[in-house]
Amino acid sequence: MAITINGTEVPLPEDPRMSLAEFLRDGLHLTGTKIGCNQGGCGACTVLIDGQRVLSCLTLAVQAEGREVTTIEGLSSGDDLHPLQEAFIAHDGFQCGYCTPGQICAATAMLRELAEGMPSSVTGDLSRPAPLTAEEIRERMSGNLCRCGAHNGIIAAILQVAQEGAA
Amino acid sequence: MSRVQNTLIESVRKVVGWVPERWLPGGTPDPLIGRHGAVGTQLAQLDGPQKVRGAARFAAEVPLEGLCYAALVNSPVTRGRITRLDTAAAEAAPGVLLVLTYRNMPRLGLVPLMGVTNLGAVGNSALPILQDDQIRYNGQVMALVLAETQQQADHAARLIDLSVDTAPALSDFQAAKPEARTPASILVERNEQSAGDAEAALRQAAFSTDATYTTPGHNHAAIELHGVTAHWTGNRLVLHDATQAVAPTAAALAKLFGLRREDVRVLSPFVGGGFGAKGFWDHQVLAVAAARMVDRPVRLMLSREAVFRMVGGRSPTEQRVAIGADAEGRFTALIHTGYSVMPPYSASPEQYTLGTRSLYRAQSYRFGQKHLDLDIVPNTFMRAPGESVGSFAVESAVDELAHAMDIDPVELRLRNEPETHPLTGTPFSQRALATAWRQGADRFGWDARSTMPRARRDGEWLLGMGCAAGNFPYVRMPSGALRIRLTRDGQATLSTSAQDMGMGTATVQTQHAADRLGLPLDAITFEMGDSDLPAAPVAGGSSQTVSIAAAIAAAASKLTVELLRLAGNASPLAGLRAGEVRLAEGGLVCIEDPTRRETYGDILTRAGRDEISVTETGAPPLEIFKYAMLSHSANFCEVRVSDVTGELRVTRLLGVFDVGTILNPRMAVSQLRGGMIMGLGMALSEEVLFDERSGRIMNPGLADYHIPAHLDVPEIDVTWTGIPDPRSPLGARGIGEIGITGVAAAIANAVFNATGKRLRDLPLTLDRLIGAEGA
Repeated sequence: MAITINGTEVPLPEDPRMSLAEFLRDGLHLTGTKIGCNQGGCGACTVLIDGQRVLSCLTLAVQAEGREVTTIEGLSSGDDLHPLQEAFIAHDGFQCGYCTPGQICAATAMLRELAEGMPSSVTGDLSRPAPLTAEEIRERMSGNLCRCGAHNGIIAAILQVAQEGAA
Repeated sequence: MSRVQNTLIESVRKVVGWVPERWLPGGTPDPLIGRHGAVGTQLAQLDGPQKVRGAARFAAEVPLEGLCYAALVNSPVTRGRITRLDTAAAEAAPGVLLVLTYRNMPRLGLVPLMGVTNLGAVGNSALPILQDDQIRYNGQVMALVLAETQQQADHAARLIDLSVDTAPALSDFQAAKPEARTPASILVERNEQSAGDAEAALRQAAFSTDATYTTPGHNHAAIELHGVTAHWTGNRLVLHDATQAVAPTAAALAKLFGLRREDVRVLSPFVGGGFGAKGFWDHQVLAVAAARMVDRPVRLMLSREAVFRMVGGRSPTEQRVAIGADAEGRFTALIHTGYSVMPPYSASPEQYTLGTRSLYRAQSYRFGQKHLDLDIVPNTFMRAPGESVGSFAVESAVDELAHAMDIDPVELRLRNEPETHPLTGTPFSQRALATAWRQGADRFGWDARSTMPRARRDGEWLLGMGCAAGNFPYVRMPSGALRIRLTRDGQATLSTSAQDMGMGTATVQTQHAADRLGLPLDAITFEMGDSDLPAAPVAGGSSQTVSIAAAIAAAASKLTVELLRLAGNASPLAGLRAGEVRLAEGGLVCIEDPTRRETYGDILTRAGRDEISVTETGAPPLEIFKYAMLSHSANFCEVRVSDVTGELRVTRLLGVFDVGTILNPRMAVSQLRGGMIMGLGMALSEEVLFDERSGRIMNPGLADYHIPAHLDVPEIDVTWTGIPDPRSPLGARGIGEIGITGVAAAIANAVFNATGKRLRDLPLTLDRLIGAEGA
């Protein structure tokens, strides 16, 4: 009866009504995971479960039993930043910083989906792997809202990391 | 706002108009204007590493021992009286500590409404908070439940049994028009203004346009929900808040709860987006009261639905714009009037005609706004209140006239550029909108636009280009205080209660302070977001950057005087007065003879001091009465519209900004783009759906209130004229709001160019594009 969070095993919360987002924030003080709507509309609560992006506000903590959860706090350690975190700073991919952890977690999983050739609704030719374009990234990141208007910087940051990874 | 205020403001303008320039702030241009230093460099946000790690701690994230959680019950009806409020089941539910209703809420006074005559006030609503059984708007708080966990509080809130005797409500915009009020003033401006007989001139004009434009309600939709963590220690209150008004919130709470101001501390180091919404609303008061009653720290984070219901947005508007022109395209009449919603308990007049008043030269004018009193959550200021939606109307109308006259819309605007403020004759401090137009037309490739609508096509897609101007006034707030503490090791700490919601306040002011004090960037620490620091006013009206800049300049002047006094007769600076030295290279330098100099460290060491500290407020902002001070933008847009489905895609967007000195190009681009993207949302999708029968908002969530998502946002090109304003600190004007202005009109005008369909109602959704009549 435990979840592995950022590599550490944590007992499940007592209250089965607790969402994973609430458990991370209130139970474990991992407040890098944000709540922007609590109804799956904004993506601010995005975390990784076994490497896949998940809206933690629509996931009960107990549903993550026996699985590996990675939050923004688990993407980097010490002074070292994850390449996406570095790129977000370099491209000014945020202003207030509230949607940022969700954007970065989503982008981490999204790049893997893209690398695996998964198509999206803007992919033209479904018989070939989806191309690495700004348009593909925009479509795939559209579940993560930003209100400050850092969209251009976010897409530029992700594209740069994707291109470096592809090179 | 009153007639007395009009008289007062007009008297100040008259007096200041006679006062010689050199006696006023900005009379002598800021010596830092044009100097190449830290200002103007591409410094990245200083708190970037914290934000990308998720380590920036927001208000609803502060961990406290014994913290308990609140949930709210909101009224499902618009007007009425509570007849039954049974809380027994909720009180008996597991973990519940308190159910707060009008019956046991402490008796509190009203929160003073913010406004130009009461700049220290912070209230968005003049209604009582949980004080009686009356329901005044849909979503008003009926009860607060406090429990050990959020889950327990949420559950118990659903057990409260509420019955209401409903009363008739005013919720129909059109039906309220006959009872509309005409206020005497709109912010600091006289409301109704005219010159000549504009209606007659319109009738006699060689060319004219006269149409009605509507904009719906908008929601700020900051991604961070409104949240607080309230904590009492005896008679001292600490509130971790997400607010644009740190010190004013502390003052308001002290007054409301009968505390000394120094016993209230409001902390707000990070705010997850504000845009006008992160002000003082009911939730702060409820959390503070509940925390006192249970003597434990309380966390209250509003649900997204509650943000829509309890925190007002931008009012809907219905605007008439009419323009008459002679055969050469010179405006002979300019009329802008209309209606918006502003109940008497709201602070925000949605000043949609103010921008138009200085935008064009015309031979006659008529301006005026009417307010409708509906039973709604008090509407409030949202990014470029007024100019955002007003520019949609006036800049659509200019495009209509240009089409009717077969004149290029850029050219028509250039023919009507005013030399001085069109209504008052006041000189502009700096205005280069014409430069912005020419720069933008060239950069965008405007000459590729077809003058005929519906002339360019790519398969099923119709292509079009449009343009529109935007403007926004320069505002500098009076009485922002700031402290500079200089230590012997040559480090400076600047402190003010002001705040940052992503604009990069600390970063930009660190750059400024480095130049002002002649210190390297790494010698500067900028602290803010704490009401215990010298009090700064609300961050609004794009005023904060120049307000803080003026305070830094004033504090630096005072520091100079103090340092010269400390330096004494043994110093190479002995005998010099403040006007004879400047702050440079880590110390004071004689302007006439730069070999006479001494570092801050040497001055302090000789005086036997470890540090020196001065606190000062910026000079009163009299420059805004002497000059017409505004920022301008020229927006260009290219769209594709599907001839089959009506789908609208914005493919290119360019904003050219005439906003004074750019303090940090990297962050300025982000800030201006951010405004433009909110303008894009206003054009394409944003609409608070209001049920006029029930008075209830029907789409209170981010799944139904559509803000731009990544796929909606093209690469946006931003540039500027870069001309400093000689009358403002650093030559800068605020850039937080100008970005949104004009964008929706540029897009609607491009849609007309693509399709021949003139859409006068926002947003430009598929149904309207398919249904609209062609030209």
